[in-house]
Amino acid sequence: MQRTNNTGKIKKGSDVIALNIIAYGFCGIVALVCLVPFIMVVSGSFSSETAVIKNGFSLLPQDFSLEAYKTVFKEPLVVLRAYATTILLTITGTVLGLLLQTMTAYVLSRKDFGWRNQFSFFFYFTTLFSGGLVPYYLLISKTLGLRDSYLALLLPLMFSVYNLLIMKSYISGIPDSLIDAAKIDGCGEVRTLFQIILPLIKPALATVGLFIALAYWNDWYNAMLYIKAEDKYPLQYFLYQQVNNIEGYKQLIANSAVSGNIASSVSLPSETLKMALTVVVTGPIVLAYPLVQKYFVQGVTIGAVKG
Amino acid sequence: MKANVRRKEGVRGFFKKVYKYRVFLLMLLPAVIYTLIFSYYPMSGIVLAFKKYNYADGIWGSPWNGFENFKFFFTSGQAGMVTRNTVLYNVVFIFVNMIMQIAVAVFLTEIRNKHYRKTAQSLMFLPYFISWVVVGVIVFNIFSSDYGFINNVLQSLGFEKIPFYTTPKMWPVILVLFNLWKNIGYGSVMYLAAIMGIDTSIYEAAAIDGANVFQRIFKVTIPMIRPTTIILLLLSVGGIFKGNFDMFYNLTGNNGLLYNYTDVIDTLTFRALIGSNDFGMASAIGLYQSVLCFITILIVNKLVGKYDKDYTLF
Repeated sequence: MQRTNNTGKIKKGSDVIALNIIAYGFCGIVALVCLVPFIMVVSGSFSSETAVIKNGFSLLPQDFSLEAYKTVFKEPLVVLRAYATTILLTITGTVLGLLLQTMTAYVLSRKDFGWRNQFSFFFYFTTLFSGGLVPYYLLISKTLGLRDSYLALLLPLMFSVYNLLIMKSYISGIPDSLIDAAKIDGCGEVRTLFQIILPLIKPALATVGLFIALAYWNDWYNAMLYIKAEDKYPLQYFLYQQVNNIEGYKQLIANSAVSGNIASSVSLPSETLKMALTVVVTGPIVLAYPLVQKYFVQGVTIGAVKG
Repeated sequence: MKANVRRKEGVRGFFKKVYKYRVFLLMLLPAVIYTLIFSYYPMSGIVLAFKKYNYADGIWGSPWNGFENFKFFFTSGQAGMVTRNTVLYNVVFIFVNMIMQIAVAVFLTEIRNKHYRKTAQSLMFLPYFISWVVVGVIVFNIFSSDYGFINNVLQSLGFEKIPFYTTPKMWPVILVLFNLWKNIGYGSVMYLAAIMGIDTSIYEAAAIDGANVFQRIFKVTIPMIRPTTIILLLLSVGGIFKGNFDMFYNLTGNNGLLYNYTDVIDTLTFRALIGSNDFGMASAIGLYQSVLCFITILIVNKLVGKYDKDYTLF
C-alpha cells in the first residue's frame, strides 16, 4: 500500500511534467505558426526589392528599405479613398445592421407575440435553401440595378440569420418581469426596446456589431461581382486588384525581357509593394484586434447556447 | 353555414391579431421585407436552371430549355469532379480542424501561466480576423516559385525548388493547412468553453482513483465534451456541399493548371457565371448544390434532434 502510494506520487509528478512540456510546447508552436506569416509580410514590406528578387522572402527584413511604402503613398488619394469607402461602409452597415437585427430579435424573443414561431421559421428557412449565386447576382445587378452603387456593397451584408440567432438568444435571457414592469409603467414597445433592453444587451451588441463590422471590413466578394468603377473599390478589393495588376505588369515585363529588355524588371518594386499594400490594408484590424478579441470569444459562446 | 361563420370569425380574428400585434409587426417589417427581397425572391430564380437565359428577355421572358443546362454539367464530367473535390475537402477540413481545435483547447486549459496562455490564445485567434485576400498574398509569399519563403529555404539548403503553383498535388495539403491556420483559434473557443463547464469534482474523483493526467484527458475531458463535439460536427456536416469560395478563389485563383485538385462547386459556378456568362449552366449548378445542401441539412437536423433536441434548427 505504502509503496504504491509512493510510486503513484512519483508517477504523478513525471506525467504532470510531461503534460506541461507538451502543453506549453504545442500551444507555443501553434501560436508561432499563426504569427510567423504576419512577420514575413511585414518583413517583406520593409525589404528592398533587389534583395527580395535575389534571395526571396525571409523572416527578417533584408536590406531595410521604405521604397515599397513610398510607392504605395506616391498617390495617397487612391489608398485613402479605398480606406474612406471601407470605413464609411463599415460604420453605416454596422449601425443599420445592429438596428435591424436587434429590433427583429427583440420581437422574436417576446413570449406574448403569438406569431413568433411562424416568423422565426420564415427567417430560419433562408439558411436551409437558397436560390444560389445566379438569381442573387441578377437581383442585385439587374432587377435592383445596383451595379457600381455603394448599396451593392452595403445591402448584402446587413442582415444575417446567424447574427439574429445570437441576438435572440441573448435577449431571451432577460427576465420577462422586467418587460412587464416597463409595460405597467406605460412604456411602449419601442421605448422598452431602446431604454430598457438596449442597455442590458451591451455585450451582445458589441459582439454582433463586431461580427458585422468584420464582415464589411473584409468584404471583397461583393465588390468583385458588382463594382467596376475603380474609385468605388473598398479596401480589400483594392488590394486584390493591385496585387493582380502587379502580377499582370510583371508578366508584361517578363515578355519584354525576352526581347532583351532586362533592366526594366527592377525599376519598380513589385514583390515588396504587394507586402506593403497588405500591411497598409490589414494594419488597422490587427492593431484593433487585442481590444475586441474578448467580444468575439463571447460571441462564439453565446451562439453556442441557442435559445 | 357554420363553416362560413367560422371562416368569418377566423378572418376577423386574424385582423384582430394583426391589430393587437401591430407594433411587433411594424418592428419586424424591415427585416421581413429584406428577407423577402434578398432571400425569397431569388429562390424563384431557380427556374433559370431550366431556361435558355438571355439578358434582354430576363428571367421570365427567356425561352425554356428543359434539362439542357444540366446535361452539359453532368456529361462533361465536371459535376463528378467538383462534387468530389467539395466533399473531400470538407471532410478533411472538418476532421483536421476538429482534432486540432480540441487539442488546442485541452492543452490551453493545462497551461497554468496566465500570460503564456492568454498570449498564445490571442496569437492563434489572429488569422481569423484577416480577409482571404490577405491570406492569398501570404500564401504567395510562402509558396511562390521565384521568391517564396519555402523555395528560398530549399535553395539555400541545396535542394531543388518546388514549383507549387504548377504542381496540383501540393494544393490539398496547402489548402487544408491554411484552412486550419485561419480557424484554429476561433474554433477552439467552443471547446474551451465546454471544457470550462466540466465539473471539477469529476477530476478530483479521477485523481483519487489514481488516474494520471493523460488518463484524465482521455477518460474525463474528451468524453465530457462529446456532446459539444458531436453537435459541432453535425452542424459542419450540414455544409458539406458548400465550398468556401473566398478561400479557394484567393488561394488558387483562376489557375487552370490546378483545377483537377482545387475546383469546387462554388468556384465552377462563379466561372460559369462571370467568366463565360453561361447563366443557364451556372444556375443549374447552383440548383444542384442548393438541393444537395437542403437534403443534407434535413438529414443532419434529424440526427441532431436524436442527439439533443435543443440544438435542432427547426
